[in-house]
Amino acid sequence: MRSGVTVHSVSIVLNGKSRTVRNGLTVADLLRDLELHPAMVVVERNRKILAREALQATPVEEGDRIELVHFVGGG
Amino acid sequence: MVRDTRGDLPFVMGDHAFTSRLIVGTGKYRTNDEMVTAIRASGAEMVTVAVRRVDLDRRREEGILHHLSPDEFFLLPNTAGCFTAEDALRYARLGRAAGLNDWVKLEVIGDERTLLPDTAATLAAAGELVADGFKVMAYTNDDLITAMRLEDAGCVAVMPLASPIGSGLGVVNPYYIREIKRRLTVPVIVDAGVGTASDACVTMEQGVDGVLMNTAIAAASDPVGMARAMKLAVLAGREAYLAGRMAAREIAVPSSPTTGMLDREHG
Repeated sequence: MRSGVTVHSVSIVLNGKSRTVRNGLTVADLLRDLELHPAMVVVERNRKILAREALQATPVEEGDRIELVHFVGGG
Repeated sequence: MVRDTRGDLPFVMGDHAFTSRLIVGTGKYRTNDEMVTAIRASGAEMVTVAVRRVDLDRRREEGILHHLSPDEFFLLPNTAGCFTAEDALRYARLGRAAGLNDWVKLEVIGDERTLLPDTAATLAAAGELVADGFKVMAYTNDDLITAMRLEDAGCVAVMPLASPIGSGLGVVNPYYIREIKRRLTVPVIVDAGVGTASDACVTMEQGVDGVLMNTAIAAASDPVGMARAMKLAVLAGREAYLAGRMAAREIAVPSSPTTGMLDREHG
């Protein structure tokens, strides 16, 4: 995988589960692949909340811990 | 249509005026349709929601915004399930990032069995959230000192429990609830423990500004019917409080004249 060989995928932890995704994705791409509308979720990347405007410009990188949350029923 | 005939003023929290004194949760309903129908029947304007991970495997569990419109209800994100101030801050900020409003129902739990609040952690989190620009409605114990400290911390409402979350035990300490209401300036909303309509009525008779419930409606055999009952009970309790109850006494006093009875020599 290392030394001169192009890395085609990156490993991330998404909502607590390990996943491998394509290299070069943005967070907006990731949401699109998951068929999630950006207006309906909030993204936390490595414990920092991403503003919706930043999704397009934020890359998904090796080792990222990403949480995708939304509102559910609760009291 | 039931109206508050006394022309009671709306109660104001932060920059919002609310007519309904009933706030309801959205958890534990059997179906989303039943939830929406029950909430509409309750007449509630403010509705709580929780922040949780999107289920990426079973996508059938859609987010609640697919069912409840922020145009129809004031959606209040909570920090339910948080056991530390740090977690509560994280959940509150995630909720705010959804972009609906900057309000939060702050809840920091201290014990699994009773779900009683960790009041020290709640106070710490309340201070940080207020400083961060949040309108904080703080769930707390029926403890006057903590309630006063939460008001001092800048909370827009203080929400003492009637009894433990989901217990349906009703108001276990009406005196403490009354005293909290007497001593605070911000609205006092009783949150958690109401089991049925009489509990809601008794709660409102203590003079508090409102009541927040979830399980009592969602876990009823007929949630829509119970939602209607709760709406009426909250109105009844509020009106009874405003009307001022008679003094209780442990001896009977006849309601009908004692004079003019038949077969008596006099009177």
